[in-house]
Amino acid sequence: MSRLNSVGELEKLRAEILEKRDSGRPCITTCLGTGCHAYASQDVYNALAEEISSRGLTGKVDLRGTGCHGFCEQGPIVVIFPGEICYCRVQPEDAADIVALTVLENKVIDRLLYEDPVSGQKYERESEIPFYKNQDRLILGQNRLIDPQNIEDYFALGGYKALAKALAEMTPEDVLEEVKKANLRGRGGGGFPAGVKWETTRQAPEKEKYVIVNADEGDPGAYMDRSLLEGNPHLVLEGLILGAYAIGAAKGFVYVRQEYPLAVKNLTLAVQQAEEHGLLGDDILGSGFDFSVSIKRGAGAFVSGESSALVSAIEGQVGEPRPKHINTAISGLWGKPTNLNNVETWANVPYIIERGAGWFNSTGNEQNKGTKIFSLVGKVNNTGLVEVPMGTPLRKIIDDIGGGIPGDKRFKAVQTGGPSGGCIPEQYLDTPVDFDRLKELGSMMGSGGMIIMDEDNCMVDVAKYFMHFLKDESCGKCTSCREGTKRMYEILDAITRGEGREGDLELLEEIAWVTENASLCALGSTAANPVLSTLRYFRDEYEAHIKEKRCPAKVCKALIRFTIDPEKCDGCGRCKRNCPEGAITGELKSPMTIDSSLCSRCGICREVCHLDAVTAE
Amino acid sequence: MVNLTIDGKKYQAEEGQNVLEVALENGIEIPHLCYHENLSPYGGCRLCLVEVTRNGRAFLTTSCTYPCLDGIIVKTDTPEVLRARRLVLELLMPLAPEAPQLQALARQMEIEEPRFKTDEEADDCIRCGLCVRACTELVGAQAITFSGRGYRKTVEPPFGEEALDCIGCGTCVFLCPTGCIQMVDKSAERTIARWQRTLPLKACSSCGRYYIPFAQIEFARQKSREAPAEDWFDLCPDCR
Repeated sequence: MSRLNSVGELEKLRAEILEKRDSGRPCITTCLGTGCHAYASQDVYNALAEEISSRGLTGKVDLRGTGCHGFCEQGPIVVIFPGEICYCRVQPEDAADIVALTVLENKVIDRLLYEDPVSGQKYERESEIPFYKNQDRLILGQNRLIDPQNIEDYFALGGYKALAKALAEMTPEDVLEEVKKANLRGRGGGGFPAGVKWETTRQAPEKEKYVIVNADEGDPGAYMDRSLLEGNPHLVLEGLILGAYAIGAAKGFVYVRQEYPLAVKNLTLAVQQAEEHGLLGDDILGSGFDFSVSIKRGAGAFVSGESSALVSAIEGQVGEPRPKHINTAISGLWGKPTNLNNVETWANVPYIIERGAGWFNSTGNEQNKGTKIFSLVGKVNNTGLVEVPMGTPLRKIIDDIGGGIPGDKRFKAVQTGGPSGGCIPEQYLDTPVDFDRLKELGSMMGSGGMIIMDEDNCMVDVAKYFMHFLKDESCGKCTSCREGTKRMYEILDAITRGEGREGDLELLEEIAWVTENASLCALGSTAANPVLSTLRYFRDEYEAHIKEKRCPAKVCKALIRFTIDPEKCDGCGRCKRNCPEGAITGELKSPMTIDSSLCSRCGICREVCHLDAVTAE
Repeated sequence: MVNLTIDGKKYQAEEGQNVLEVALENGIEIPHLCYHENLSPYGGCRLCLVEVTRNGRAFLTTSCTYPCLDGIIVKTDTPEVLRARRLVLELLMPLAPEAPQLQALARQMEIEEPRFKTDEEADDCIRCGLCVRACTELVGAQAITFSGRGYRKTVEPPFGEEALDCIGCGTCVFLCPTGCIQMVDKSAERTIARWQRTLPLKACSSCGRYYIPFAQIEFARQKSREAPAEDWFDLCPDCR
């Protein structure tokens, strides 16, 4: 590939790519994102490739492996263009039908269509499916159209147009001003205005400056940034280059988790391609602007996502937060002014520059502009990645997009903001989701994790789960965080084991207070949130554990007992065969009984019972 | 020079000084365990918490890491500050329940009954990191470091094996606030069990006392810009 030496050359290349492409030609896209990959989507892709070549359709039908579409619940996902026919849970055996019927005869294969679990209605086109229809996929939308390893796909969709516009028509100050006007708030959790941070870095006296992409996403269940980096790495890179131009940085870093191998691979390739095309390196597009990017792989410490810890890690030191009395924007990496933003924040920048702050401001609410990507997981019908305008009510996300709670279960709480976020109960479901409102409710936006819980979730157990994570992931520097999270965990553990004592809740609140107020970094100062927010909304559940030695959700093993209802049991013996402890006795065809002294409360008997005869008390 | 207020009184400080340093210089007592005037501030123990008001915003922060900035108002004894310090000490106590320095602080803060049970694996180390910083910044041997994170964080020689870079100087032993690093000299050998290190000692040619590890002599000769006289280490400091 030859280097692009001017904006004109870039546009010429784009025109050539578009000319080669016939929008009427059938194109089968297969999601190869991590979610679908786990469902063996690569086998589906290979089967489709084989089918296309064996039918002699090479060159007549395109096949494209894309990044994550977001509807991970239904993977592997295959979408056939131009009709945008969406097939779910596709298996390699389906490849022949897809090519023969849908591609060649324009027929829709009914069995592969998405069927709404509630209404039973089937949908042909991807955009008609309620999961997608109720979203606003500004950032994530390109994922399904792009082969992330092919820069031409990104060019074809207008990629690097924003960079060309900035270099040709705008001064760095103009770019900065546009981002400020857009009121883009950091998507990593804090919600700090990106433009203000950029300006501080730009105005800092030191000449040498750095820009960083924080891709150390580590919240359990969250994979927004992962999917962006895997599925559309050039979008993030273009945002970073624009930021570097506005700030006056010549060097950038992407700090990405080693545990995201596909993200590392696609990003590394994207950087190489951008370098080959002259979109990174010296004299970008002939503008005189120099900028290069290095990829740094994290070694799996959650706390390294904290900005000062991340800076330490890039410097080659232990990823441990530092005091930030002087802002990273003024003294960051190697003491130089450093601007650090999260993956999703950077991905917003090309759109803001290309379409303008006014366009960006037309989405969202007053203080929160644009969209936000959430990873919707847990007890919800449609798990996956969801992108909605800022300020969308929680209920819309959970019910309209998520399709509600599976089974006849009742919604109990939604945990937002990752491990140090909080749990929000049902009465606040109409709250618009934005940085400020979630904070008011004692939770936070975080980077966008959203875990749905139903009546079968014990909130003490949930708090214990997150505290277990935090005590392991605290860097261990501050006494208040290291010992505070450990002690909170011990108390929560005791409560779930039926060993809770009078005064435990007050002690929890005291430790929570000191952890929050005496610790250095954001991990420590928010580490008490799982405890505080569950205590705030579900105190009665804690009290039932402590005073009545009862787990209302019937989760805490020490506080429940399994019994078999002799009226319901038909003596089929499944539970007896499957019980790992040999705790179930009884003759076949007569009711079984559980010996509580042998029972380990694993719940397998309840799972295998076909008559729902096993109950927990 | 910068002007700041501590507990209602105005003080002047030099640029670059931290709040704890200035408070201590002026006789204002702030408890601290991980701070030492000759080492870089770490801010780990959290005992030196104070309330700082800057640009109208008040917050708790560690005085050892907070720089003296013009116009800041520092309060060292608000109920919140005292409550936080007390809780921090309560959290530290189970790590080294017998350490005299911690016990003295507990008496000062009127902590009577420990509310947290002593850790089973408590080894008297409170993770203040004075030993690590001293070995790195003062001695320059870099023989030990933090390893692990969270409640599993410990100070260890590399790979948890014998600290091969330890010269047996004992600086860490001297600085440790809980006495958890023991150094034993037995005739011609010095052992620091915590670092799994045993080193041969050199005897004073006059009084015959074994007084310095050969490794420390070697280290000093390598590090010194002007090499000490050949016979400098033959006599112990008392006989020199």
